[in-house]
Amino acid sequence: MAIILTEAEAKALLQKVLKYSKADECEINIMGEERGNLRYARNEVSTSGALTNQNLEVQSAFGQKVGVATVDEFSDEAIEKCVRRSEELAQLAPENPEYVGVLEPQTYGKSTGFFESTAAINPDFRADAVAKSLELTRAQNLTAAGFLENQKGYRAMMNSKGLFAYYPSTNINFSLTVRTPDGTGSGYVARGYSDAKKLDTAAATKIAILKSKGSVGAKALEPGKYTVILEPTAAVVLLENIFFAMDARSADEGRSFLSKPGGKTKLGEKIVDERVNIYTDPANPDLPSSPWSGDGQPINKMSMIEKGVVKNMFYSRYWAKKNNVKPVPFPTNVIMEGGTATLEEMIKSTKQGILVTKLWYIREVDPQTLLQTGLTRDGTFYIENGVIKHPIKNFRFNESPVIMLNNLETLGKSERVVSTESDRNYLIPPMKIREFTFSSLSDAV
Amino acid sequence: MLPGLAMGKVVSPEAFLQPGADVAVKKRLADAALNAAKAKGASYADVRIGRYLNQFVVTREEKVQNIVNTESYGVGVRVIANGCWGFAAVVDVNNEAQMAKAAEDAVAIAKANSKLMKEPVQLAPQKGFGEVSWKAPIKKNGFEVPIKEKVDLLLSVNDAAMKNGANYVNSVLFLVNEQKYFASTDGSYIDQDVHRIWPIFNITTIDPKSGKFETRNALSAPMGMGYDYLQANPADKVTGITTRYNMGYDMLEDATAAAKQAKEKLTAKSVEAGKYDLILDPSHLWLTIHESVGHPLELDRVLGYEANFAGTSFATLDKWKSKNFQYGSKQVNLIADKLQVGSLGAVGWDDEGVNTKKWDLVKDGVLVNYQAIRDQAHIIGEKESHGCCYADSWSSVQFQRMPNVSLAAGKTPLSVDEMIKDVKKGIYIIGDGSFSIDQQRYNFQFGGQLFYEIKDGKIVGMLKDVAYQSNTQEFWNSCVQVCDERDYRLGGSFFDGKGQPSQSSAVSHGSSTARFNGVNVINTARKI
Repeated sequence: MAIILTEAEAKALLQKVLKYSKADECEINIMGEERGNLRYARNEVSTSGALTNQNLEVQSAFGQKVGVATVDEFSDEAIEKCVRRSEELAQLAPENPEYVGVLEPQTYGKSTGFFESTAAINPDFRADAVAKSLELTRAQNLTAAGFLENQKGYRAMMNSKGLFAYYPSTNINFSLTVRTPDGTGSGYVARGYSDAKKLDTAAATKIAILKSKGSVGAKALEPGKYTVILEPTAAVVLLENIFFAMDARSADEGRSFLSKPGGKTKLGEKIVDERVNIYTDPANPDLPSSPWSGDGQPINKMSMIEKGVVKNMFYSRYWAKKNNVKPVPFPTNVIMEGGTATLEEMIKSTKQGILVTKLWYIREVDPQTLLQTGLTRDGTFYIENGVIKHPIKNFRFNESPVIMLNNLETLGKSERVVSTESDRNYLIPPMKIREFTFSSLSDAV
Repeated sequence: MLPGLAMGKVVSPEAFLQPGADVAVKKRLADAALNAAKAKGASYADVRIGRYLNQFVVTREEKVQNIVNTESYGVGVRVIANGCWGFAAVVDVNNEAQMAKAAEDAVAIAKANSKLMKEPVQLAPQKGFGEVSWKAPIKKNGFEVPIKEKVDLLLSVNDAAMKNGANYVNSVLFLVNEQKYFASTDGSYIDQDVHRIWPIFNITTIDPKSGKFETRNALSAPMGMGYDYLQANPADKVTGITTRYNMGYDMLEDATAAAKQAKEKLTAKSVEAGKYDLILDPSHLWLTIHESVGHPLELDRVLGYEANFAGTSFATLDKWKSKNFQYGSKQVNLIADKLQVGSLGAVGWDDEGVNTKKWDLVKDGVLVNYQAIRDQAHIIGEKESHGCCYADSWSSVQFQRMPNVSLAAGKTPLSVDEMIKDVKKGIYIIGDGSFSIDQQRYNFQFGGQLFYEIKDGKIVGMLKDVAYQSNTQEFWNSCVQVCDERDYRLGGSFFDGKGQPSQSSAVSHGSSTARFNGVNVINTARKI
């Protein structure tokens, strides 16, 4: 049997698994994937490889007692054994007061995330794509370190109430750091696509080369509060800390940036600038994602922050039931609406400021305020009277993305970016922020 | 970097007690891959057949939230063909044909990539060891302890925390067992059994009036030990302003103290920013060692192999070659050690068949060496690898990972009390908190769990909102004292991230309490 099952094959397999079940409720999740990667550094290939993986997980429930077992082998015998084991485990398990049962059949929106162009990638494709990048850096006597990874796979689920969900997807991520031979300049670029046809490694490489050469001769600026223009790659690693922290239960319990004194939350309150709109939409053609969550809930277009106001926090099915509200699953993609300004226009309208192209090693300092620390990296530039004057040495910052989005000046056009912290893909605009707090200088290039 | 642990399939706990594939079967499978690789033109090949068992028991307050048992079994084959590396991994392998296919796929990747190659891989020679084995010296296998016993322990910990003022408590017990079989064309067939354990909790207290909350995490360390780590003897405890632990951990006692301290933090004084002398407990200092010594002395970083993700290093080859680069003060001796008993990094052989060892990185403050593996040893003029190659799963390709890196205890007898007695304006920091460092490991910022203000040689009260910033070389040169070996303890990381795709490794860092003069402390309080 192939590793990547079609919808019909997945459905037939799941129906077969379900027939073995003797539990009150049963839910089965399956996945299969093939991955390949090419890694290079010092203008040479270093490690690279391929991975084939599949898995079938059976969850059986007797009342509130739940057991889970999985198997990598999809023979009839192995599958039946797995179902029996999950049932045995359920019988032995303590009652789980947070188990809310399996879902009724659901209707899902359409999302096209599987592209033949990506699915067909082989080792030669990867080598050729990287060769186009290496030719440019080698020709200019610059040092490249990069990573190209492609993936194709599917996930499917079925339960004893008749719910069935299937989602196939492909993805290709390319990232590259170009350094000058003396180590005084460094530039970065990252690209993520579902459709490999959109990846142009040579065009991406030219951006990293430009930043690498442009960052040579960095001067030191005094740490302090500055107006910054964050390119999307820099902005996303701060913003995703807001998305990750929007869980309703933590907010209700008083241990979240969305908590208020007396057990209340900031749901429905304005927490950031009114131009901030953040939502999920699995059907977005530039960022397709699964239209169903891991437990089978449909994910449709839904606002998280609208005109600066908290519209939705994430409610697990258990927490929603306990609070008598609708469950809100964690989204499968996140999009921040952009403005109309181009990056060039944002620079042009800046009297004095700093262009930040990438941030690095972001860690939470205080969950109460979402205060984060981290550093600029791979190209930071001083702007004066609407033009980039010179590269500057890297800074450490201590800033909260909530404070940052309150100090919003301008939003540019959203584009697909890959988070260098979580590896997730997002649609995020470049943004101009006033009074961004840099706390110390770093000698790192 | 803290990515999630490489997860496998979910299994019943009883499955952990079933032995994995027999050594003879593994040898037969490994030979099939090695032979296929050679037949396809590989000049070198190695095979790792891995069975990785994980158990996580997750609770909060009076509830068991999850008991996860996972098992992951598969094979990774690495080859050199046309002078280039290639790697392929396959799940759930049980016959020779699958092994041969994986080897052929790895060779095909190596050959495709060799089109891009300018310099072929150079491997330091390594003798074969024949059929050998190594087992972690654990006293009690955590996987043999009934789940009920673990659940009861965590629920009693939660109960103690709640009774002592916690509003919420989450506790988790992680257990890991790596059953690794390595074979290579050098003639090694190495069977190893590695165990790790990490009991943790997080306690939250809330002031309902202000809506402010504070947390206190466990002062446990992840260890390369069995369940015996949870059976603390009085000799494992270090008393003082709060109890800390050595080779045994009293989770119940720590949770009781933590709940009271989390409450105390709500009303603690917010720190005044400025320069302070820092007294850093081993439960805190391990992370500073990890980030500012362990990572910058990874030779792959120094050479640029990690430039696209984890970064490069300030500790460049010219500094090492000068033989006089003052990494730290004369008190600073930093040692790499893959043999340390109870540590996370201890194994008999690394994941490319090199026997493990101990060596100096910084001696009397001077940079003297790096951490290298077989394809790097020649670059620093060494004839053999340091034995620190590791892959976090059968599905990941092995590469250079940090060995245990530790600060040697001071040679002159010195206790923590004696150290504090001489401090005029200082902060005593216990436990690890927020952490961040630049990509060349110059500028860093660290938080902690507990901060105590020192005035004129005495601890005068608790502080909060503390983080310190420094530069690696400046920081280690500001080290004026290290307590003696009586205070030496291990800390460590269960999930150290590196590489693309990112891999996680576990590593220990030992030290005694150390004093650093005149470090810049910032106040981290903000309003939103």
